[in-house]
Amino acid sequence: MAVTGAVLVLFLVAHMLGNLKIFLGADSFNHYAEWLRTMGSPALPNRTLLTITEIVLTLAVVLHMWSAVSLARRAAKARPVKYAARRRSQASGYATHTMRYGGVIILLFVIWHLLDMTFGVVNPEGGDATPYARMVAGFQPSRWWVTLFYLVAMVMVGFHLRHGLWSAFQTLGLARRYRALKAGAGAVAAVLVVGFLAAPVAVMIGVVK
Amino acid sequence: MKYTVGEPIRDAKAPGGPIEDRWDTRRFQAKLVNPANKRKLTVIVVGTGLAGGSAAATLGELGYQVKSFCYQDSPRRAHSIAAQGGINAAKNYRGDGDSVYRLFYDTVKGGDFRARESNVYRLAQVSVNIIDQAVAQGVPFAREYGGLLDTRSFGGAQVSRTFYARGQTGQQLLLGAYQALERQIAAGTVEMHTRHEMLELVVSGGRARGVVVRDMVTGEIETHLADAVVLATGGYGNVFFLSTNAKGCNTTAIWRAHRKGAYFGNPCFTQIHPTCIPVSGEYQSKLTLMSESLRNDGRVWVPLRKGDDRAPGDIPEDERDYYLERIYPAFGNLVPRDIASRAAKNVCDEGRGVGPGGLGVYLDFADAIARLGRDAVEKKYGNLFEMYERITGENPYEVPMRIYPAVHYTMGGLWVDYDLQSTIPGLFVIGEANFSDHGANRLGASALMQGLADGYFVLPTTLGDYLAGAGTFGPVDDADVAEARQAVTDRIERLLSVNGTRTADSYHRELGRIMWDYCGMERTEESLRKALERIPELREEFWRNVKVPGDTEGLNQALERAGRVADFFDLAELMCVDALHRTESCGGHFRAESQDEDGEALRDDENFAYVAAWEWTPQGPVLHKEELEYEYVKMSQRSYK
Amino acid sequence: MNLTLKIWRQNGPADRGRMVTYRVEDVSPDMSFLEMLDVLNERLILEGDEPVAFDHDCREGICGMCGMVINGVAHGEQRATTTCQLHMRHFEDGATITIEPWRAAPFPVVKDLVVDRSSFDRIIQAGGFVSVPAGSAPDAHAVPVPKKDADAAFDAATCIGCGACVAACPNGSASLFTAAKITHLGLLPQGQPERASRARAMVEQMDAEGFGGCTNTGECTAVCPKGIPLDTIARMNADYLKAASK
Repeated sequence: MAVTGAVLVLFLVAHMLGNLKIFLGADSFNHYAEWLRTMGSPALPNRTLLTITEIVLTLAVVLHMWSAVSLARRAAKARPVKYAARRRSQASGYATHTMRYGGVIILLFVIWHLLDMTFGVVNPEGGDATPYARMVAGFQPSRWWVTLFYLVAMVMVGFHLRHGLWSAFQTLGLARRYRALKAGAGAVAAVLVVGFLAAPVAVMIGVVK
Repeated sequence: MKYTVGEPIRDAKAPGGPIEDRWDTRRFQAKLVNPANKRKLTVIVVGTGLAGGSAAATLGELGYQVKSFCYQDSPRRAHSIAAQGGINAAKNYRGDGDSVYRLFYDTVKGGDFRARESNVYRLAQVSVNIIDQAVAQGVPFAREYGGLLDTRSFGGAQVSRTFYARGQTGQQLLLGAYQALERQIAAGTVEMHTRHEMLELVVSGGRARGVVVRDMVTGEIETHLADAVVLATGGYGNVFFLSTNAKGCNTTAIWRAHRKGAYFGNPCFTQIHPTCIPVSGEYQSKLTLMSESLRNDGRVWVPLRKGDDRAPGDIPEDERDYYLERIYPAFGNLVPRDIASRAAKNVCDEGRGVGPGGLGVYLDFADAIARLGRDAVEKKYGNLFEMYERITGENPYEVPMRIYPAVHYTMGGLWVDYDLQSTIPGLFVIGEANFSDHGANRLGASALMQGLADGYFVLPTTLGDYLAGAGTFGPVDDADVAEARQAVTDRIERLLSVNGTRTADSYHRELGRIMWDYCGMERTEESLRKALERIPELREEFWRNVKVPGDTEGLNQALERAGRVADFFDLAELMCVDALHRTESCGGHFRAESQDEDGEALRDDENFAYVAAWEWTPQGPVLHKEELEYEYVKMSQRSYK
Repeated sequence: MNLTLKIWRQNGPADRGRMVTYRVEDVSPDMSFLEMLDVLNERLILEGDEPVAFDHDCREGICGMCGMVINGVAHGEQRATTTCQLHMRHFEDGATITIEPWRAAPFPVVKDLVVDRSSFDRIIQAGGFVSVPAGSAPDAHAVPVPKKDADAAFDAATCIGCGACVAACPNGSASLFTAAKITHLGLLPQGQPERASRARAMVEQMDAEGFGGCTNTGECTAVCPKGIPLDTIARMNADYLKAASK
């Protein structure tokens, strides 16, 4: 969980930074998207590094899910008879208890997100438009429900990270100063959520056209 | 109940010569078992507290086949775990003048000259090895900033020789022994039987050769045979129903052995601890000890006037009686346990007690808080105050604590010789279960020391000497096994078949009340005679009217309890017989008839400087006296004025 | 006070078990939770019913024998308190209280509220010790131990092995229990020679017993009567990863 999660967190940070380029204008954003494809060239053919990244990410997602499923299965096996009384969490942290269903929501979102932004299948502009155009079209005020879904998913990502980040340190045996560690995890999660929401919100309220 | 006097015990098997050489002498004399033969010898150890756990682990390590039994679900639960204060050892790390000899001297004197000198000296000698052993096992004793072990003075000792692990020394030492035991279980040298209760001893050819146990989960009666049996089943304070013992602590194992021929030494020697949380109601199931260290800063008082039911804060200073400071100006609130306990009882008997039922005295920290500040008090006693508040719902920073004495430890137990062997060959008894090295009164922080000394260091040597002769023991007679099993199944059937109208617990409560009132902190001929009248009556009613639900199969906690209560009745009677015959006061045994003009315990060394070892016979108990001789510590009367 | 109790009754390991409702009346607020059950049991015996089986021994919060899930919380909602030290003054008159055993496959129910926790003993057997035969120890002052380490080791060593951590964990994990022992011994110089093998063997035994995996929910430490801290689990993980990578 921890290792694959760490890979995905690094990806999220890079992804968010890339997204923010939208505020630098259409050219900058499109150019960035183009650069992603040509990373490493001319030494390497186009898309080589991008494909490697995609494979690593896919693998990380699959392994992350596999770990989650096997942990859940172990948990179910470890407690075949459930408690009759409703159990209230005694530990602080709502985020902790959203990991499993939150993860599923995030997965659904990622699928939709790929169809929308990468393949353009569900995007009004379709797959042939520029990335900038697809982004702006995707979050038009008329498509408020898309933005809403995006927002819910990002909050889920935030929760997921808030627990996942410090938890990774704990699992790898690196956790020491808990107060600082948990605060740090919360801050990183918040920055990512705000960073990711900036672009769609900006499009929706018309700051980015 | 009539008793007769039998032959005295002339030889407790301690070697002669200078006292400091006796243990060495014994160790050198002890025959050894060759390692290949050890594997063929089986030893049963019943109980997994400090004594039993350490003994089973050590015997397993030595190569014997060990079978260990406990009634709890894990050996780690034995009641040694609840010991708070600490463990004494004559390390003299402080350089404050401690020595083996001083620890020996203090223990003999503290025991009010009713312990065997040779045993006590050995205890003091091996005390230093215990600390080494525990530290090597990873017991996290308190340490100073320099990384060395911290010690404190405890229970009136003038040297600082008590090693401790916050208020959980018993827990840490027990876990050390438990871990050593689990290591042997993993190594295959110890076979562990948890949730098994010993109900009978198998004696064959005059030797202890096994036990009959009940598997508490399935209800099955099992026989386990061996070349020797070790009982480490703890004390019998629960005969009083309310005590600081765990609920499961009982006398059945040692009582069954007593019935089979093991003498019972000094059964009436009971220690009452002065600082426990008082009883709050009829439903009370046990009493909780508060560390004695509280008396360092708390002041004990009761209202001056009888029946004064004002809140403690409303009673002005001049209407309070700080009775310990008044009666014992030199030691004040720090007088020894038995004196503090009896003084509390006396003021309550005068009708000046406080709290529910008038059975309590105040332990007030107001002065300490004013003097040292709340923070300092909290630092020192915070966890104890918390524990008090959790149980009583009262905040001791604002209202004085209420305390009352409670039964805490039994110095009596099965009689053993210097080798820790009972009067049944092959039956060894260690820890609180034996009549022990504490004489008539145990000093604070000495119980842990004795349990571990017996288990880690003494028993493994002396048991080897006995087992070296195992070749001549012969097979166990089937008839002896059948007889023991029959006795067990008969008793169980009988308990289940009564089907009366009262629970075993209600009888236990009533028996406890009789013992507390008539054979408790203060005993008189009259009270003891009354007890000896009431106990057989109640026992007769018990066997006629007890109601035990369920059947022999499966987990039946009510059945377990009923069996234990039945044995407590018999033990209670013997305790009263012993208390009645010993007309002197000594240590924890206070006979009102034997006190000096100041109300202090008055020993009668001329007539009672002996261990009373009782033999069970169908006609009644037979008293065998083991005279005690004091070559090194001169007998003197205690004084704490 | 008067209470309604819903208690898990199960006749033996093979029985399916069910919740049974009882009324108890005239409960004193000063009673402990177990004393309240004692009162119920005394009544059940006299009425010819089977009393409720539950484990308990010292009744002063240290032996670790008692433990029930009370209203969905291991040892009840009072923090840092074992069931035996929980008092009725924390409940409201007329309340309904649900009482269940620890629920975990490695803690099979023996009867009613009694479970078999021998899996914990086997985890200790795997390596929760320092190998030191009696009599072979060097002088206790031969190796000084920094006070900070001794104190931290003590904090971990206060675990009473009650199993509340497992009962409370949504995954049924025994990580806190196992980690407490690994931390206790791993912090002391006496525990160093076996540190790696201990961590490895104990973690493997824990997994073999069928406990769930740790997802760092922190529910364990929240219900732990001794407040064993969560950083013990980080230490266990570090020791285990180090041992496994060798």
